[in-house]
Formats: sequence, C-alpha cells, structure tokens
Amino acid sequence: MSSTRTAFYHGILAGAPFLLMAVPFGMLFGLVATEAGLDIFQTFSMSVIVVAGASQFSALQVLVDGAPFYIAVLTGLAVNMRMLMYSASLAPHFGKAPKWHRMIAAYFMIDQTYGVAILELDKNPDQPVSTKLAYFFGAACLIFPAWYGSTLAGVLVGAAIPPEYALDFVVPVMFIALVAPSLRSLPHIVAAFVSVLVSLSLSWMPFNLWLMIAAIAAMIAGAETERRLRARL
Amino acid sequence: MSDLSIWLTIIFLGIGTYLIRYSFIGFFADKELPDWLLRHLRYVPAAVMPGLVAPLTVWPEATGGDPDPARLIAAAVALFIGAVLRSVLGAIFGGMGVLYLVQYLLN
Repeated sequence: MSSTRTAFYHGILAGAPFLLMAVPFGMLFGLVATEAGLDIFQTFSMSVIVVAGASQFSALQVLVDGAPFYIAVLTGLAVNMRMLMYSASLAPHFGKAPKWHRMIAAYFMIDQTYGVAILELDKNPDQPVSTKLAYFFGAACLIFPAWYGSTLAGVLVGAAIPPEYALDFVVPVMFIALVAPSLRSLPHIVAAFVSVLVSLSLSWMPFNLWLMIAAIAAMIAGAETERRLRARL
Repeated sequence: MSDLSIWLTIIFLGIGTYLIRYSFIGFFADKELPDWLLRHLRYVPAAVMPGLVAPLTVWPEATGGDPDPARLIAAAVALFIGAVLRSVLGAIFGGMGVLYLVQYLLN
C-alpha cells in the first residue's frame, strides 16, 4: 500500500470519533433552521456552502432578530475568524502543494479536520506534502457527508416536533456548550465576562451592533489580560 | 426575514468563510501572522458566543422578554457541565434536560 493511501486511512480513523459531535450538531442545525423558517433547500445549502456550524447558527440568529443580511454575514464571519489561525498554522505543511490541491483543502478546513491534522503534521513534519494532504482529506471524508446528511435529518425531525418543547432555547444552550470547554484560562474567562457585560448593557442598539462592539471589546480584554499575565512571569 | 436575505447570507457567508480558510494556505502562503493578531484571534470564540447568547438567555423571546427561572437554571447547568466536564454534547443534553425538568416541576 502506498504511503499516501495509508495516510488517508489513518486520517479516516483519526476523524471518525468526531462523528459523535458532528451528527447531533448537524441535526440540531437542521432543526433550528427549520424552526427559524428556512426551507429544506436553504438549510441544506447553508450546511454545504458554509460548513461551519457555530457561524451558521450565529448568522441565522441575527436574521431571526430582524437584522439586515450583511449584519448576519459579518456576525458569522466574526465567528469564523479563528480559521485564520488554522490556515496560518497549516500553511507551512500545505504551502508546497499544487494550488488546486490547496484550493480544495481550504473547503475542508473545519475545527475537527484542523485539530486532527495539525496534531499529526506537527508530530511528523518531514512527510511529503501529498502524504500530509492525504491524511487531512482522510479526516474530512466521513465528517463532511455526515454533516450534510445530519442537517437533512434534522430538518425532517424538526418538522415533527411540537412547539411546547422550548426548542427556542436549544440555541443559547448550544452556544454555552460550545464555548464553556474553552474557558480554561483567565484571559478566556475575562473575554467571556466582558462579552456578556457589554452585550447586555448595549442590547438596546439596533442591527445587532451590540454584538460587534461586545466581541471587539472582549477580544481586546482577553488579549490584554494574556499580555499582562505574560509580562508578570 | 425574506428569502432574498437568507440566500444573500448563505452565499456571502460561504464566500467569506472560504476566503478566510484559503487565506494563509493560498494568498499569503509565505507570510506569518503577527503575534499581536494571533493573540487577539485566540479569544474570538470566547468573545463572540457569550455576547450572542447573553440577551437570549436573560430576556428570552418565548416568554415575551421576561427573565425565566427555568431557562436561567438550564443555562447555568449547561455552563457548568461544559466548563467542568469539557463535554459539548453533555452540556447541550444536560441543559435541555434540566430545562424540561424545571418547567415540569414549576407547572
């Protein structure tokens, strides 16, 4: 078996456990998007075109709040800014690959594929580029179809759930669940706290402007806390 | 929200997200992110999501914007499970489970 093929299979194995997260999360998106008024084609398209759950939920929530589409886009993009980091840290590994390989790899860059790939690539940085990409694509090849499929399943399930199940609250609970495990250091906690405080005190502002201001203030607060903690060491 | 605004959101969010993903493996393959920018990007999720969720939690639309004990307790439980057990799914199911339980007990 060629080393490229072996790397691909290893990638599949490393990515497989994340199905446990992707499937319920995709179903939840299908369900929530349906509740919000998207039809099945719009919901499915969003999962296929955007492929970034947290930003899909955020953009959708902003639209539901009645803001114009560009505010929804900005909010979703703000959530996805973390992928700049992913792209930058994969660049030394993928930089030498043909351009069209990198263009395809970009589509498959999500939290899970990045997390799986960077562990392996940093451990074995001297592999050929084709082996590295094969591992990355392997990690993506179960999660992506599962994400599409579970979104569709969520739409079908959502249509059958009566409104008294308080599904409105799935969205807040999900965001809390997504962010809580990352509150592992003081700067993260400071950022989250500032974000909550600013958004609650500015929530009278139109067009979800409060969210932009809260996010920028919180980001600066987190980064500044980190810088000061380092300076003290 | 109109069909048009939904489609515009899907398309522009899709294109923008793709460009973010492609940025450093494509356009700036030979450049590095400056330290100060990396330091800020690290806090993006913790800066955006709590702010998004806070008004929805404190003033839920389903109760006409009045604070609701069941939802506040559910949010606290989700935060606790997520932060302590580091389990995203555990926090979602725990939070929703507690919401149904408290709603059942209060009614």
